[in-house]
Amino acid sequence: MPMKMESDLNRFRKIIKGKVKKELRKFISNGDLIGRQGKKQVTIPLPRIDIPKFQFGTDQQGGVGQGEGEPGDEVSQGQPQPGEGEGEAGDQEGQHTLEVDVTLEELAQILGEELELPNIENKGKKNVEDKHYKYTGILRQGPESLKHFRRTYKEALKRSISLGTYDPNDPVIVPIKEDKRYRSYKVINEPIANAVILYMMDVSGSMGDEQKEVVRLTSFWLDTWLRTQYQGIERRYIIHDATAREVDEDTFYRTKESGGTLISSAYKLAVKMIEENFNPSEWNIYLFHFSDGDNWSGNDTADCMKLLESTLMPVSNAFCYGQVESRYGSGQFLRDLHKHFGESHEQLITSQIKDRDAIVDALKTFLGKGK
Amino acid sequence: MLVDTRLSPELQELADSLAEKAREAGLDFFETIFEMIDYNQLAEIAAYGGFPTRYPHWRFGMEYERIAKSYTYGLSIIYEMVINTDPCYAYLLRANSMVFQKTVIAHVYGHCDFFKNNYWFSKTNRKMLDQMANHASIVKRLIEDIGHDEVEDFIDSVLSLENLIDINAPFEQKIPQEAGDEIAKRRLQVPKMEAKKYMDSYVNPKDFLEDQRKIQQDKYNQFEKFPAEPARDVLSFLLEFGPLEQWQREIVRIIRNEAYYFAPQGQTKIINEGWATYWHSNMMTKIAPLNDSEIIDYCDHYAGVVATSPGQLNPYKLGVELLKHVKHRWDRGQFGLDYIHCDDPKERASWDKQLGLGDEKLMEVRKFHNDITFIDEFLDEDFCHNTKMFLYDYDPRTNRYIISSRDFNAIKQSLLRQLTNFGQPIISVVDGNYKNRGELLLHHQHDGMDLKHEFTLEVLRNLYKVWGRPVHIETLVEDVKRKVSFDGSNHQVEKI
Repeated sequence: MPMKMESDLNRFRKIIKGKVKKELRKFISNGDLIGRQGKKQVTIPLPRIDIPKFQFGTDQQGGVGQGEGEPGDEVSQGQPQPGEGEGEAGDQEGQHTLEVDVTLEELAQILGEELELPNIENKGKKNVEDKHYKYTGILRQGPESLKHFRRTYKEALKRSISLGTYDPNDPVIVPIKEDKRYRSYKVINEPIANAVILYMMDVSGSMGDEQKEVVRLTSFWLDTWLRTQYQGIERRYIIHDATAREVDEDTFYRTKESGGTLISSAYKLAVKMIEENFNPSEWNIYLFHFSDGDNWSGNDTADCMKLLESTLMPVSNAFCYGQVESRYGSGQFLRDLHKHFGESHEQLITSQIKDRDAIVDALKTFLGKGK
Repeated sequence: MLVDTRLSPELQELADSLAEKAREAGLDFFETIFEMIDYNQLAEIAAYGGFPTRYPHWRFGMEYERIAKSYTYGLSIIYEMVINTDPCYAYLLRANSMVFQKTVIAHVYGHCDFFKNNYWFSKTNRKMLDQMANHASIVKRLIEDIGHDEVEDFIDSVLSLENLIDINAPFEQKIPQEAGDEIAKRRLQVPKMEAKKYMDSYVNPKDFLEDQRKIQQDKYNQFEKFPAEPARDVLSFLLEFGPLEQWQREIVRIIRNEAYYFAPQGQTKIINEGWATYWHSNMMTKIAPLNDSEIIDYCDHYAGVVATSPGQLNPYKLGVELLKHVKHRWDRGQFGLDYIHCDDPKERASWDKQLGLGDEKLMEVRKFHNDITFIDEFLDEDFCHNTKMFLYDYDPRTNRYIISSRDFNAIKQSLLRQLTNFGQPIISVVDGNYKNRGELLLHHQHDGMDLKHEFTLEVLRNLYKVWGRPVHIETLVEDVKRKVSFDGSNHQVEKI
């Protein structure tokens, strides 16, 4: 990075961060960001930040072009970019919003600053790294197995055209050594996960789409934060009604189940998964459970408490329970938890998420303890 | 970390020999210093508008990120950067192949020649590198004295008014101050009754004359417009009459100064790029021809430079084709009354008096024209037809852009309108004491295109920060005359 630009660039990033921060609560509750999310960064639509000037309204206006076609024909490919008229001093962008890329780390940092989240103390396990290879460039030397056919062909074609040996009627191209191009790779170290989040969600009949959306938004932000706290992180998903099963992320948010609710079924599955895959002495384990709190029977609730007390709580960093409010109101389970463990249990964090606007508070409750 | 930015001896030799050949062919440019840099550095310099030292501001960072990103994603690439100074500085991209470097060097000489000889650049400061560096140190000092946020905020506000300059101002001769005073004095003279000399003090008593003069003066003050003529150079008006603190004045001055420096580049995009492209192609294929092994790569590159997508005009293509058209016509004597009045297309097409005046004409064109006059004078029906130009419009019914016309006059009108005032709306101060309350009234000379409303609101907000009193602008919104105002807390739009 050139030296002089660095401070201007930092200033610009700071302005962006400020804007994101200002709009963060809106982003958290409206879910705009999800789906704009790449592997390492999120594209955030921001209200314009470059300098406004008196300028022509360029939306949906015509101009002069060049090419084939009769009046009435559509201007094919390369849609005119509104605002890119001729002879303008600068290039004006015709967009109303600016899309900026913010890395997930930055986003988490903003979240952390805004919600005043403490950093999490790692349970003291070492980070392990893994290697993999990525093709990043082209070289003139390399093993035949990595030969880039298209590039090689192009070079050979160019050479034979300039040498005059190319015959369009008999287009035979024979690459020589100098034409050959090879893929080159980089070794990338990737940390191996040492933290796991187990998401459990109640998908019984009383959980509607809106409730699931609330869960989805909450877990996106939980992910974002926890990911910055650990070198790598693994996520597992469990859905349950009267029975529980493990699903992938997509299914987790989309499933429409119905039927009764036996919360213990999910807890039992969680116990089993932890036993099989995640040795508590090596893993930071986070358990999140979202439900509307309408458990089928008191007996089952008692089972749940037993499972939590004996197994789940001791092995996990935190057990977080978020109770969303469904059309039928809020259930009993939250109160049962409090009755059993007391309001301020070390390992138990609960939050009531009435609607989207309450997500911010839920995040703060869940992550505020620095577990 | 300092990397050597000098050209390799091989390239330097090449650059020198190309320069010699270009000069032989008639180009005339300042000494040109090439620097070899990598893409990050080029992106940085491009973001700074060509100058390695600019005052600190976040928008340069934004621009840098945009350029660097579009390079990373392969959307666009900058091959070279030339700045209009004496000596001329040009930056070459280290990663370019030898053929590219040659082409780019030739292209650069074209630009340098244009900078030096084109009339519209004649008033620009050729020592702008130093001036930019001075600006940078002034702003840095202000930041230390006043505070980063405050200075940046003010710069943001003034940048918002950056395009409100009068591009013709550098070429106008100012009426000297005394002459202006003289005119004003004459206007204030009280007519005297005719009288013999010895009776004069009785017929025209001194006290009476003085009183009359005062009345006149009051009237004058009341009715005299301020400014007397609409002021196109809004920044200068603010500089002169705005209630600014010293440091704010410095910033307005800096931004105005830089805006004037860059203005000719906005006025000559098509002709300047066309000229450079015309010469690099001329040099690479005729004057200093490439060898056989290079020509394919060169053609590939050239095709990219003049590529066109149907919905957009490529200034390189339009410029170079129009220049070639001019050469073609003047070589064959296709000008003058006889030619203009000739209606027979066959005769016109084969019109050839073998005058060979093309090269001479081109030199004249590069000396006197900017984009508007260039197109106005030389874009004719034949050219329009041959290069397949069309007008397109947005069709709200189908939500698509469609070709609306291939009519020559309509196309030319539209093109000229886009280029008027380097593509910026024409706005001037008409009243600096609006409603006799020290408010500022601007007027937008509407020529068919509305202002972008939400930007207008924002700019007024910024203008208020500079002027300190309510600000207004008269414009047309959807064919209705309206006045948009900002009074410090609220915007208001009213019909007038």
